[in-house]
Amino acid sequence: MLKSSVGFDWITILIYLILVSFGWINIYSASLGDNPSSIFDFSEVYGKQAVWILLSFAMIVVLLSIEARFYMRFSSVIYIISLISILGLFIFGKTINGATSWYVIGGISVQPAEFAKVATALALAKYLGDIQTIIKDFSNQVKAFLIIALPALIILPQPDAGSAMVYSAFLFPLYREGLSGIYLATGFTAIAIFVFTLLFGPLYVAIAVGIISLLISFQKRRNRPHFLFLFIGICTAIGYSYSVDYIFENVFEQRHRDRFNIVLGQEVDPRGIGYNTNQSEIAIGSGGWLGKGWTEGTQTKGQFVPEQHTDYIFSTVGEEWGFLGTSLVILLFVLLMLRLLFLAERQKSMFHRVYGYSVVGIIFLHFLVNIAMVIGIFPTVGIPLPFFSYGGSGLWSFTILLFIFIKLDAERMSYW
Amino acid sequence: MRTLLLYIIILITGVVFLGRLFYLQVIDESFARLSEDNAIKVVYDYPQRGYVFDRNGELLVSNQPSYDVMAIPRNVKAFDTAEICRILMITPKELISRLDKAKIYSPRLPSIIVPQLNKSEYAYLQEKMRNYTGFYIQKRSLRDYQTHNGSNILGYIAEVNKKIIDNNPYYISGDLIGKQGIEGQYEELLRGVKGVKYIQKDRFNRDIGAFKGGIYDTLPKKGKDITLTIDAVLQAYGEKLMENKWGGIVAIEPATGEILSLVTAPSYDPALLVGRQRSANFTKLYYDTISRPLYDRGLLAEYPPGSPFKTMNALIALQEGVVTTEDQFYCNQGYTYGRGRKMGCHRHPTPLAMIPGIAQSCNAYFANVYRRIIEKYPSPQQGMDAWANHVKSFGLGEFLGTDLPTGKSGKIPTANYYNKIYDYPTYKWYSTATLSNAIGQGEVLMTPIQLANMTAAISNKGWFYTPHILKEIEGQKIKDKEYTKKKYTTIDAKNFEPVIEGMHQVYKSGTASSLGIPGIEIAGKTGTAENFIKIGGKRVQLTDHSIFIAFAPVDNPKIAIAVFVENGYWGGRYAGRIAGLMIEKYLKGTITRTDMETWILTHSLEEEYKKPYSGEPFRINQ
Repeated sequence: MLKSSVGFDWITILIYLILVSFGWINIYSASLGDNPSSIFDFSEVYGKQAVWILLSFAMIVVLLSIEARFYMRFSSVIYIISLISILGLFIFGKTINGATSWYVIGGISVQPAEFAKVATALALAKYLGDIQTIIKDFSNQVKAFLIIALPALIILPQPDAGSAMVYSAFLFPLYREGLSGIYLATGFTAIAIFVFTLLFGPLYVAIAVGIISLLISFQKRRNRPHFLFLFIGICTAIGYSYSVDYIFENVFEQRHRDRFNIVLGQEVDPRGIGYNTNQSEIAIGSGGWLGKGWTEGTQTKGQFVPEQHTDYIFSTVGEEWGFLGTSLVILLFVLLMLRLLFLAERQKSMFHRVYGYSVVGIIFLHFLVNIAMVIGIFPTVGIPLPFFSYGGSGLWSFTILLFIFIKLDAERMSYW
Repeated sequence: MRTLLLYIIILITGVVFLGRLFYLQVIDESFARLSEDNAIKVVYDYPQRGYVFDRNGELLVSNQPSYDVMAIPRNVKAFDTAEICRILMITPKELISRLDKAKIYSPRLPSIIVPQLNKSEYAYLQEKMRNYTGFYIQKRSLRDYQTHNGSNILGYIAEVNKKIIDNNPYYISGDLIGKQGIEGQYEELLRGVKGVKYIQKDRFNRDIGAFKGGIYDTLPKKGKDITLTIDAVLQAYGEKLMENKWGGIVAIEPATGEILSLVTAPSYDPALLVGRQRSANFTKLYYDTISRPLYDRGLLAEYPPGSPFKTMNALIALQEGVVTTEDQFYCNQGYTYGRGRKMGCHRHPTPLAMIPGIAQSCNAYFANVYRRIIEKYPSPQQGMDAWANHVKSFGLGEFLGTDLPTGKSGKIPTANYYNKIYDYPTYKWYSTATLSNAIGQGEVLMTPIQLANMTAAISNKGWFYTPHILKEIEGQKIKDKEYTKKKYTTIDAKNFEPVIEGMHQVYKSGTASSLGIPGIEIAGKTGTAENFIKIGGKRVQLTDHSIFIAFAPVDNPKIAIAVFVENGYWGGRYAGRIAGLMIEKYLKGTITRTDMETWILTHSLEEEYKKPYSGEPFRINQ
């Protein structure tokens, strides 16, 4: 180990350990069958997760003993390997729950898309960290976007919209390093118009765009945008809205439309409108202040919430631990992300900082989409809750993601 | 600002989540009550499946009610096994294994215990089953066939398997899904959408009304009625003619690409795959691996087309400008080429020009024509590819794109193909190596529907619509561009005239001169194709296939047809007669050539088909 190592950030590690253990406790409850057996019983969901957790502890030891220089030097190689691994899914992938995003090796399924996030974070950090990369430069922006978009576009048609969506997390490090805010604003507006067009139709969107732009032109007199720009902006927005509508209705086939509608919550789930979300809300809502107690959740026991041990694990927390439990989990996540942001800001090298921001961005996007879905303020998108949801691939990839950063942070003094 | 943005977003998200959770868990009481009341029962309302009509509005497929005995394993209470088994007419062992399976699928979702009871069985059971907690009877709709024909076209419906349930969230255990034929192809049109009712249960599992006042409930949507392009009368007649024979008939209306009939033989009555006997009948059909009644020969069987393919070579030769209709070629009861190799031919006047060449089906004529096509180009590879491109423009050698769930591409060899098998460039190959393509033997393979479509394209003088089976949905004509847009071949319209005249002469003076139908001008072409199978790893030649293509009337084609009869010996013997009878049936409605009809109905090829499996030495072409 290097002399300039300044110790690991124990606050982060502690939060990690609390989240993983509390996650397992809830997975145990959500997957408990009629006849409980050993907690390491590999034929049970909770038994498998216990094994994954123990193995991830072993992995942490390995991760922390590798020198930080290794991650910097080999980030491109790791990135390329992970691209190949997700491309290989088109040939060797196995379809589970309608998405071809798994390799099955000896009865164990691995989801390479989970690990691709880590690789992309490393590759982006390496590219932006390069002294010759100036993010204000357009051609450099294109390259940075390519690094991010490539894995996302490969994952999207598998179809795994949830995993692909996570890649928008990389906008945060880009913005932090100097990418113009216009990109964030334009991207956000485009997504908003897209969603609202499909939900309310282009006519209402056009009216809304008109009203908003009128407000803008009346209000901010000082830095009011030039009339011509405003006009072009309005035309583009309305034209875009109508073309989204046209393409959706005339170019897409029904199956494409279905997929979007499911993502948009128009046709949420298999058993009729709103079933998943509704059951999840009932489970959480019935928890009250203190919850019904561990393994006492009637909704959880009755298996009313689909996928409760994976994507909907937070509903178990809600039912069995009440508002006390849910607010604790929310606070832990917020605390973890704020702590990581603080760590990222104190880095001396750009590689370290960009990677740190990517970690926060990825965790934040999962946190945002997953919890919002479970508490019924966002459509159903299959995406796990970091450190918490059942799944070896997910747990390991988040562990790797986090502990590489902890290691980078520990050696921050040796890289200027 | 740049360093603060993410801090702010994270904090806002956290606050919003806490607020929402506080509302859900502490303020809104309704969820707590819902949860105490616990379960919500889901009740499905299955809509009627759409009806199927033929092109003349005749009803082919309707529905009949059927009743499944279902069980929810979690609710099943101890019961008198002996009595229930007597009522359900199953053995105790079966009942227990089915309940175990149901429990594995899900202890709280219903599974089928005894499927598809009919009305009278239901009436008897209805009273008895009340005494058994956890069991109930689910009404569904089953198919009721108004026809005994066209099972290959109609397909069937069956219970969904685990794989379908896993991959398609619409279906749950016990649901029915269309398989094969139009039931499979147009499943989503025909099935409609099932309705859902969420019923709130109290903790004693009693219904206490609709959940949330029924806002999540949906009404079932009835399946759509569809009209097929099939002519039920012609289909039935075709199947009757094909009794005791193996093969396929495909008839197409050239002006629209609509499939008038799609016969495969042997076939089966569609009613066999409905009701409690379904499973046993299906197993029987499935394991008949010799005659293969579930195999749609009209769509899937790839046969060498034989002589009808000569029309294609004539068209290409005219298009490429390598022969005129006047060019004559000698035939010395065959065509000699290479080192003493000879392609045989039958006895006929010689030399012949194109029209009599087609009429007499002269092998030597087409060997010459074919070589001129290939040898027009500097290398045999270029010639081969030019030839193959013309052929492929007729929808051959690749999937035709019909709206039926199965199909085969057939085979049209290209330069690449021969380069591979002759190991080019180590060894070279020339036009003579591929000479059997001249007479539709060798590497060329086609399915009956491809051959029928080729015939339709010839009758239209150069274009076709992709053959299709769906005519109307709820009385609305189909709009799919695939089936309403003309596809053009690479051959000019004027080059079809002499070929069609040649095919007309087949009936006037050629190989089908005894098969004419009074009052109808038909253009046709006979075909006889050698064929082989493998028995115990040894290649054995069987009696030749009997093949025929035709369209009529010549100047205003209403029907184009292709007939394959396996091991029927020669074109005019079986296939030619069947083609003529089908055309007369379709155009006139009555049969005047009763002599031909009687011959076909009284001749069977069953003995011929048994030969290779008898284990004894046998003779072919008798």
